[in-house]
Amino acid sequence: MTEPAGNDVHVRLTGVTRAFELSSGAKLHALGPIDLDIRRGEFFGVVGPSGCGKSTLLDILAGLSSPTQGTVLFEGKPINGVPDGVGVVFQEDASFSWLSVHDNVAFGLRRNGVDAAEVSRRVDYAIGFMGLRDFANAYPAQLSGGMRQRVCIARTLVLQPRLILLDEPFGALDQQTRLLMGEELLRLWRETGATVMLITHALDEAAMLSDRVGVMSARPGKFIDFINTEWPRERDSRIVSDPRFGAITSRLWDKLRVESLKSMGTASPGASA
Amino acid sequence: MNRRILSREGWIRLAVIVASTAAFEALCRAGFIPRTAVLPPSEMATSLWHILRTGEYNKDILSTLQNVVASAALSVTFGFAFGVVLHALPRLRATVEPLLASYYAIPTFMFYPVFIVVFGVSSRAIIAIAVLLSIVAMIASTLTGLDRIPRVLRKTALIYRMSTPKRAVLIDFPAAAPHLFTGIKLAFAYAFIGVIASEFILSGQGIGYAIAYAYNNFDNRNMYGLMLLVILLATAANTALDTIDRRLQNRSRR
Amino acid sequence: MKRTGDSLLLILGILVLWQVLYWLAGDIALTSPTGTAEHLWKLLGTARFWGHAAETARAFAFAVAISLVGGVALGVLLGLNRTSGVVSEPILIALYSLPKVTLYPLVLLCFGLGMSAKVAFGAMHGLIPVTIFTMKAIMQIKPVFWRTAHVMRLTPRQMAFTIALPAVLPEVIVGARLGFSLTLLGVLIGEMFASQRGLGFMIMSAMGLGDMATIMAVAVFLSVFAIAANALLMWLDRAIPR
Repeated sequence: MTEPAGNDVHVRLTGVTRAFELSSGAKLHALGPIDLDIRRGEFFGVVGPSGCGKSTLLDILAGLSSPTQGTVLFEGKPINGVPDGVGVVFQEDASFSWLSVHDNVAFGLRRNGVDAAEVSRRVDYAIGFMGLRDFANAYPAQLSGGMRQRVCIARTLVLQPRLILLDEPFGALDQQTRLLMGEELLRLWRETGATVMLITHALDEAAMLSDRVGVMSARPGKFIDFINTEWPRERDSRIVSDPRFGAITSRLWDKLRVESLKSMGTASPGASA
Repeated sequence: MNRRILSREGWIRLAVIVASTAAFEALCRAGFIPRTAVLPPSEMATSLWHILRTGEYNKDILSTLQNVVASAALSVTFGFAFGVVLHALPRLRATVEPLLASYYAIPTFMFYPVFIVVFGVSSRAIIAIAVLLSIVAMIASTLTGLDRIPRVLRKTALIYRMSTPKRAVLIDFPAAAPHLFTGIKLAFAYAFIGVIASEFILSGQGIGYAIAYAYNNFDNRNMYGLMLLVILLATAANTALDTIDRRLQNRSRR
Repeated sequence: MKRTGDSLLLILGILVLWQVLYWLAGDIALTSPTGTAEHLWKLLGTARFWGHAAETARAFAFAVAISLVGGVALGVLLGLNRTSGVVSEPILIALYSLPKVTLYPLVLLCFGLGMSAKVAFGAMHGLIPVTIFTMKAIMQIKPVFWRTAHVMRLTPRQMAFTIALPAVLPEVIVGARLGFSLTLLGVLIGEMFASQRGLGFMIMSAMGLGDMATIMAVAVFLSVFAIAANALLMWLDRAIPR
């Protein structure tokens, strides 16, 4: 299943902008213009100051909202509604509290009419992969935040998406759990060969996990820098002791510091989009 | 689940209840509380046993229970429907919200005579006032339940490319279910209060009526037996519903 | 103001609904809004009405005082200790959801006909919600508040007035709002059964005479009073910073 990052374009954004109408009637220019290619099988990280439109970008890629201007192509076709083959993991706990872990993971497959034997085979695999085997019959309320996020990842993974979008998925977890979950994510990415876009506010997370990190400016969010990490495909959290890790992180922070100061200084009510 | 039958607080609670009943019994037996006013608890219990065994009040008990169930069912059904409609129409909701907030301040019972005149002395008048009393609790709980559906679940439904009816059944309803159950619990409690009170004020049947009748005829024995029945029924029903309610709330806690 | 507009719209809606019901049900069942208003106006000019109203007001004032003072005191007492709070909460909730009308004969047999029975019945309704809300508010004060207070070396008295009181006040006001409404209901129901005076008695005797106009006028008068008092307490609730 493993295929290395190729050079063919999986996602292409051209001149994408997004503006919101405020209740006062004024227009808020939230995002763009953005021109971006994400290669098939690439692990692409996005960092940016709060309120720069990172989540808006993800919503556009997921087909949850459409751009005000510009075009978005996924596998060569324009995105119109949520496209087939895209999976999303949100920062908020999106596990279904009324379903067991097993039924949570099986949810999407059953909706797609996959037959029972196949459902149980794929669910067992996903649950095992995310280390949830002992909790298959538990309900989300009985699990920790980190475990619940694993359920959400397993629920996405089981549908075998070709593009996985993650919106600060580990934002609510403690540092140690975050690092370990990062490793899980790398393993998932290697094993499925999916394209991954990870939005995060944690510089170390972006630097450790990504093939390439895009740095966004303060609102309206644009990409102001791209950093190729050139990590080997086989990597885990131990690369944080590599001297290049420090160099990458500090370059990210140099860029981001200026933008964060801008967004703090210009923060207006409602800036936390 | 906890394997012990009762927690430490549970045992203390039981002890408090037993001790106060025993103290009450002792005060009655010693004559500090005159028999003409209150019977000792043990005699209330024997009277209740007698009432249940002879079945002389079965018709009244049945009538009360039927009215409670009918009122609660009507309140839950229509309260849910109104709640859904109000949730879908924010403008209407904003207009009606102040009424919902101050509804329970209105002494609804003062309108019972109006229903008596409209429906006559009948179950329908009783059910009308009980529904009036309990429906708003269901409306409010439905609104709370729908308001509290996490936004991320709506987004998730979009990712699964669900139609709105599918989303309503597979996501919205189960996500709101704990609050809806709280509404059902409250609707039952208020319906019970409403039915018993209406029977008490003016009617020709039901436990409330039987208690008022016994009181007017200085029949303390039956009166206290029935009173104990009401207390036990209400406490048992509320405790059972409350236990389920807590369980559902715990499951949905994030 | 949009809010005022909405409220006016709501009142208008209720009046229209009432008028339609009147047309449907006819004179015996209901009086029209204007008819009720006229009758109420006439009643407000009679000494008899104000005599009954004063009687209800007196019973209500006593009962509400007992409910609020007693409820807050009891709530504080039970809430300060975690065990007593956990032990008493289900008992209080069971008492709260009891149809207290059934206990009315008991109250009458203990207090006899008249003022004290009405006050006792009103207080029975109002005391428990105030106790529950106060108790829960005390139990839910964040532990970090107490630790902060200790670090600042506050005296118990200072703690009570600068930490505990402001922290529980919003909840206590919610409880008071509920207690206020239920006490009024309790007093009125009390008057309906076993009193020769008060607005509850007035409604009951009007029912005996089939005097719809008086029932409606008094019920509307009471509703307006209750809603106004409730609105005042809600405004007070919002005025407290939190």
